[in-house]
Amino acid sequence: MTQSLLPIGGPEIKTESHQWDPLIRSERYPNIWCPGCGIGIVLSSYINAVNKSSIPSEKHVCISGIGCTGRIAGYLNLDSYHTTHGRGIAFATGMSVIRPDLEITVVAGDGDISTIGGNHLIHAARRNTDLNVIMVNNLNYGMTGGQHGATTPLGAKTHTSPYGNVESPFNVPYLVSASGASFVARWTTIHVRQLFRAIRRMMEIEGFAFLEVVSPCPPTFGEFNNYPEALDMMKYFRDQSVVDDNADLRDITITARPEDPIVVGNFVDRRRPSYQELLGRLLEKSSIQNVRRGANP
Amino acid sequence: MSQYVEDGSLIPGDYFLMGNFACIEAAIMAGCRFYAGYPITPSSEIFERASTRFPQVGGYAVEMEDEIGSVAALIGASYAGAKVMTATSGPGFSLMMENIGLAYMMEAPLVIVNVQRAGPSTGIATLVGQGDMMQAKWGTHGDVETIVYCPNSVQEFFDLTIQAFNSAEKFRTPVYVMADQVIAMMWERLRIPRREEIEIKQRAVLDSKALATQPPFDYSKDFLPMPIAGMGCRVNIDSLTHDSRGYPSTEHYVSEILTRHLVGKIIDHAREIWKWEEFFLEDAEVVVVSYGCSSRSALRAVKIARSRGIKAGLLRLITPWPFPDEIIERVSSRVNTLVVAEINYGQLVHPIREHSRCPVVGANWAPGTLIEPSAIVDALQVVVPS
Repeated sequence: MTQSLLPIGGPEIKTESHQWDPLIRSERYPNIWCPGCGIGIVLSSYINAVNKSSIPSEKHVCISGIGCTGRIAGYLNLDSYHTTHGRGIAFATGMSVIRPDLEITVVAGDGDISTIGGNHLIHAARRNTDLNVIMVNNLNYGMTGGQHGATTPLGAKTHTSPYGNVESPFNVPYLVSASGASFVARWTTIHVRQLFRAIRRMMEIEGFAFLEVVSPCPPTFGEFNNYPEALDMMKYFRDQSVVDDNADLRDITITARPEDPIVVGNFVDRRRPSYQELLGRLLEKSSIQNVRRGANP
Repeated sequence: MSQYVEDGSLIPGDYFLMGNFACIEAAIMAGCRFYAGYPITPSSEIFERASTRFPQVGGYAVEMEDEIGSVAALIGASYAGAKVMTATSGPGFSLMMENIGLAYMMEAPLVIVNVQRAGPSTGIATLVGQGDMMQAKWGTHGDVETIVYCPNSVQEFFDLTIQAFNSAEKFRTPVYVMADQVIAMMWERLRIPRREEIEIKQRAVLDSKALATQPPFDYSKDFLPMPIAGMGCRVNIDSLTHDSRGYPSTEHYVSEILTRHLVGKIIDHAREIWKWEEFFLEDAEVVVVSYGCSSRSALRAVKIARSRGIKAGLLRLITPWPFPDEIIERVSSRVNTLVVAEINYGQLVHPIREHSRCPVVGANWAPGTLIEPSAIVDALQVVVPS
């Protein structure tokens, strides 16, 4: 099958079909993301992981929130849910309790997951709910035009911090690790193979698995913060990333200053009972004699 | 010997039970197996009893971090195939409004019990109010039509909770049981019916094979089978305005079709939803309109007024939403005045006045206690001078 892809302002490109086509709603393309955006890399890493996972694709569920990254769910030919801003993890909690056999991945932006949805994030990590959460961190609110959020570095300029951000950002891997997650990682969009491997590992983890993906946002963040072109931030990722799986998580706050490192790695991979396992044990000991269990009376 | 029958429901018979407990026993009988909530007075006994009873019957009672997350979790569990519920009171009801809007948009069946308490903001947590009646209709943004049940006894709290699950499944929408502190914390006789006496509606589930010939959102039909996660449907369920494929759209006609569907599936079937009760209307010249715990005071007030020669009647609304306009029009066209008795400073009096053919006055009572019959009698004596 030959399909036509028409990038805005560009020449028509003819492509042959791709092995991932069954997992993509290609009739919805072109997507909404800006040139130079990193979200497409996250999307393809996730599709690659779904494709290679031992779990059949009809058991994979993608739940997203609101924002640029929130649009990921709608491009996937899976059971997909585009929920309210910040509530994807809470939505996924209910679904995963009823259907622990489903492989549920929440994909959303930094504002969605760590700012408006920060409470759901830490509580899901505390319960060790069996979910995968991929947080695409572009260091600002992109879809609304570039405002600062809980991950925007100190001093960074956005439309709501025009004189430089006076709020300290969350160091999200440290936060999620302290909250109790079974798996915590951070990579950037230049680490394509590491992203794929981290997401595959998350699909094996029974418990809360969290991945931060640092991603460029040229028009609304990079433009005002030393990285005006898409390639500028990718070069920054290439030159300043330090891989350290054993990093002291207290010291890995992202500054986005060209001279500072971005510490990346699979920081936490530990065994703790998941929420679903503990709920299963609770049901075992609380069931009453002679009562038929299940949802259909 | 177990006090439960095979499906985990209470053995049929007479019990002496609290309203909040009756609500959970009804939910179990209706097939609800997922509760997500956050503790709040005076609804907490519902959550507590769910935490004891649901695991006994293979269900889950999950304590979420707030009421925002509670309703989000309900929608997720609903799309996983479960019948789901939560209970709350005023402050929690306000927090729920965001994701109640999502449930309308995603057409997820949920039951939300609001045990109404006194006052705006934190108000008085332990005392009664009926101040959330308009919030139930208008609380979330955008155009929605809503289904509300108002019980006035422990028995009715039980019966209407089962009815709420049936309506939620049929109409694929959030349904409210708007109880109040008096009904919820009152202990009363409760008769648990036998299984064959009650109707339990099961969900219409979308078969993925049907998607080969039809779109997932065929809005020419009022009631659509629900795609459940993990069954190979691969449908996009979106909070954005979406077309027949479930894809986001900013087209005006798409918005028109979707909004008309969400409102129409309720309002076009309002007559089969409405429930009400009439007392002494045959010769009534003035009629009290009331609901919930206030209607118990209102019935007493009507009897006192009749003993004093006032030809009073009572119209008890059991489903204030969708608004029973035809019933108000019919009753008001043959009496002189309607007196609306409610524990707030004027809520349902407004749509009643909009549809009434006769003058309408309010008998209002500051939240905190049950409205006293004497206050309603006073209002009747003002409109019908002796």
